[in-house]
Amino acid sequence: MATTYRTCPRTGLQFDLDADKLMRWNAVAGVLWLLVGGITALLVILTRWPAIKLLPADQFYLILTAHGIDMLILWIIFFEMAVLYFASSTLLRCRLATPKLAWVQFWLMVVGGIMTNVAIFQGESSVMFTSYVPMQAAPHFYLGIILFAVGALIGCGVFFGTLVVAKREKTYTGSIPLVTFGAMTAAIIAVFTIASGAAILIPTFAWSMGWIKEIDAQLYRMVWWALGHSSQQINVAAHVSIWYLVAAVAFGAKPLSEKVSRFAFLLYILFLQLASAHHLLSDPGMSAEWKVLNTSYFMYFAVLASMIHGFTVPGAIEAAQRKKGFTNGLFEWLRKAPWGNPVFSGMFISLVGFGFIGGISGVVLGTEQINMLMHNTFYVPGHFHATVVVGTTLAFMAITYLLVPTLFKREMMFPKLCQIQPYLYGLSMIVLSLVMMGAGTLGVSRRHWDMAFSGAPFQYEWPGAAYLMMGLTGIFGVIAVIGGGLWIFLVVWSLLFGKKLDGGATHDKPVPIPDQSAAAAASGTGSEEHVSVPGTVVLAMTLLVCFVLYYFVNWKYLSEVWGLS
Amino acid sequence: MSAILPPSERLWWKQPIAGQEWAWIGIAFVWAMIMFVMMVYWHINGKQNLSNEVYKTTTEMFQAKTDAFVKENTIRTETEQQIPVAKANANNEAFLLARLWSWYPILELEAGKTYKIHLSSVDYNHGFSLQPTNINIQVIPGYEHVVKMTPTKAGTYAIVCNEFCGIGHHSMLGRIYVK
Repeated sequence: MATTYRTCPRTGLQFDLDADKLMRWNAVAGVLWLLVGGITALLVILTRWPAIKLLPADQFYLILTAHGIDMLILWIIFFEMAVLYFASSTLLRCRLATPKLAWVQFWLMVVGGIMTNVAIFQGESSVMFTSYVPMQAAPHFYLGIILFAVGALIGCGVFFGTLVVAKREKTYTGSIPLVTFGAMTAAIIAVFTIASGAAILIPTFAWSMGWIKEIDAQLYRMVWWALGHSSQQINVAAHVSIWYLVAAVAFGAKPLSEKVSRFAFLLYILFLQLASAHHLLSDPGMSAEWKVLNTSYFMYFAVLASMIHGFTVPGAIEAAQRKKGFTNGLFEWLRKAPWGNPVFSGMFISLVGFGFIGGISGVVLGTEQINMLMHNTFYVPGHFHATVVVGTTLAFMAITYLLVPTLFKREMMFPKLCQIQPYLYGLSMIVLSLVMMGAGTLGVSRRHWDMAFSGAPFQYEWPGAAYLMMGLTGIFGVIAVIGGGLWIFLVVWSLLFGKKLDGGATHDKPVPIPDQSAAAAASGTGSEEHVSVPGTVVLAMTLLVCFVLYYFVNWKYLSEVWGLS
Repeated sequence: MSAILPPSERLWWKQPIAGQEWAWIGIAFVWAMIMFVMMVYWHINGKQNLSNEVYKTTTEMFQAKTDAFVKENTIRTETEQQIPVAKANANNEAFLLARLWSWYPILELEAGKTYKIHLSSVDYNHGFSLQPTNINIQVIPGYEHVVKMTPTKAGTYAIVCNEFCGIGHHSMLGRIYVK
């Protein structure tokens, strides 16, 4: 098969030209959906800000449905397709398997995404991201998601095919690189996720067409969350892979132990998809034993995996920095890190925000009894904005600062703005998550148009602190939208008007990777020699102390509510 | 560490694990086990556990049971809509029905007593969110959830619906009086 490779002169990364184009188109499609998601985010924020309350109720629920679908599914999965092609074809210096099928992936996802959005904006499908039955959307709402999912499944197939091609054509020796390994876990979880999605969305589509009479509301919730939560596990596996990628590219870091990092990825496959149970902790249909089993045995092994990555990623960076001579004190390695490089700063804020805010709140929220304090409150979106936005989206934004020059062959414009963007977006999103969780702790509902309950037969006055938290949600939400908008502006502007860079020489075969390049760091395997990482130990212990304190504070809160048995 | 040179150890599962990593894995594992034990401990010694008593039902059946309960136990009506206020029956049982967009009926309970509240929906999913004490339970059509509740303090409590249920969702506010 005739394939052409281009070697990026700045990073040494080699791009199969088919994969190169597919990555660019998928990434751009993702960014365009992020734009739609960002506009809807602003409208949601300005409506939930009690002092502004911009939209009427019907439009608010419509826009909120669009925000969930466009961000959680369309933006993230389009970008993940680019990540999968990068992690397979580029890191293994291998041709992409079946590029024609990969274009089917792209166009199915485009058509599906547009179809679902058309359904939403026609106004008959304001059913939220979760679309719990028996609330019904228009048939093309479900059909669009199904087509999109089939596209994503094809993308996973192309990824696995490319791994096979690389193995057969011997484009690498030994194990596949850690980043590719992480992407592989993401793709495996994606297959499980899409199968669950098919199991629930195809019957739901048939029900919306009138072919099936009824779908059990509890069964729907159980199977739907095997899609809804597992898809977040794809994100976790993908963004943790990107953390390792950035650590390798920015520092030449090697994992402390390959075995530990890879085993932690495997734990995600084995246990994390089962954690979808923690969405059903306050549901009637499952027993307490089922809930405890699924939130402890299964979920905690996945939590263990994230705690391991939370140690090994900064540990790898610390080890690399110490080798370079930043050995003074506990934290010289961190102080002297390239904080002005948005690839690193974005990645590190993603790591810290995901671990400290998203991770801790997620485990507390996923505790069987404590869940009753927070189920369906504003705490829930607070939690997942720390995981999906600070964790995944920010990691994707950070790696894009690397991809624009190497993949799109354009220089990033406005470097000063690029430097501040991860801070503006990441830090405001962290504060946003915290104040949302604060409002949720006071009981404020998620997916709710009016804190004043206009039209209700009675009154209930939320505590003043709840209004304060919602006001802060408004303010920091707007700042976060500005930070996200800035990223879209910088990327789109650079793609259109940035200085064109040399794409590098092309060959009809992969060529050896230049030593000491980013490509060598990202595609090599092997553990760091066992360097002591005391700074990382201190960071990890700080996380644990926060975790333990916050966990028990919530048991204290729980002990004060009405008796339940 | 270049990929053109054969890596020193090519296979990841043959590579050794650093001591500090083992220590952290051990700590994280112990913490996970403590979190597991806490949930079991709370089932034995805690006073806030969600009931396991659930029956499959239909919306018609639950509507009929609630109507019968309201007919027998109403002590007065309130507001312009004449919403019935019901006391628990002689067995300390009460019914609470969620529908578009109200909680039916208003309940009047006493602090310190334990009640069996039968909770279900006759249309969409709804969310039972008791404020300001902050207890949140999912309400699903077709499932009759019998939740034992012991109010701790007298007062007027609001039931906010916190599962999205359509355009009137924000007006779905119920009430429980505790004497």
